[in-house]
Amino acid sequence: MNAVILLFPGTNRERDMAIALEKATGRRPTILFHSETSLPAGTDLVVLPGGFSHGDYLRCGAMAARSPIMPAVAGFASKGGHVLGVCNGFQILTEAGLLPGALLRNASLRFLSMECHLRVENAATPFTNHWQKGAVFRAPMAHGDGNYFADDATLEALEKDGRVAFRYVTPEGEATEAANRNGARNNIAGILSENGRVLGLMPHPEDLVDPLMGGTDGLPLFESIAASFATA
Amino acid sequence: MAGAPFPEQKTMPSAELKTLKARVTVMPKAGVLDPEGKAIGHALGTLGFNGVGEVRTGKIIELELTETDPAAARAQAEEMARKLLANTVIESFRVELA
Repeated sequence: MNAVILLFPGTNRERDMAIALEKATGRRPTILFHSETSLPAGTDLVVLPGGFSHGDYLRCGAMAARSPIMPAVAGFASKGGHVLGVCNGFQILTEAGLLPGALLRNASLRFLSMECHLRVENAATPFTNHWQKGAVFRAPMAHGDGNYFADDATLEALEKDGRVAFRYVTPEGEATEAANRNGARNNIAGILSENGRVLGLMPHPEDLVDPLMGGTDGLPLFESIAASFATA
Repeated sequence: MAGAPFPEQKTMPSAELKTLKARVTVMPKAGVLDPEGKAIGHALGTLGFNGVGEVRTGKIIELELTETDPAAARAQAEEMARKLLANTVIESFRVELA
């Protein structure tokens, strides 16, 4: 499968993402600069990695969402292409309107750099098929603006249609207020687009894909992606 | 950063051109949590300013526009606000001309 990782000024997790994708798929992703206006022919997956694109000016992801490459990404997604956004990538996808809602400042006003636990809410997606529904896994997180917000109607639709991919939970799998460190509505850590092919999440599964990183809890995300394209 | 292809900035020399100033105020919508406003309200209480209710924070963005027709300038600023300056999922905006 051909994965393309977008690089914006201030992106800093593109290499972690490339390592995780290559580990699971055996193919080295292409890294593409934001000033490009088209995706390489044969692109299967576009990844927006974490970082602080454009210094988080105005709003996190606001500038990057208006980059020259983004119309091509929107076109790719509208034709059913797969898109993954992690952390700043998730913020960019909401700013670009490819995912609903917005990421607000953490309710505590603190930058949260820690480990969290996520529960898989939908295991029937191209990104989560290597987990069981309800599985709990560890993931590092590092963000100042990860407080997921959507209005009541949007939230209801996300919940009803199985578009909540991951929720912040305790290690035992309970979606408590204490486990919801950034204050996200309904403990939401990651959501899917209507067709299930665009995923955005705040934590960083790509930083837990090797025993040397402290574990492989994040690997199923990339194995799921690899499996989705192996059978396609 | 040699070779980094950033688009060239088109800055207008303000002294030579007749311009109009637009001020765009961006505020979080009602019902959207504003933790910064909350923290400021809390600090005001600590300083002894009692009687402060809800505190909300936002942004003011000033634009120098070469469009000098007020109606057209306002329309331009509103379009800029909708497309970039405000995220209308969470924020509302107001345009004033000076």
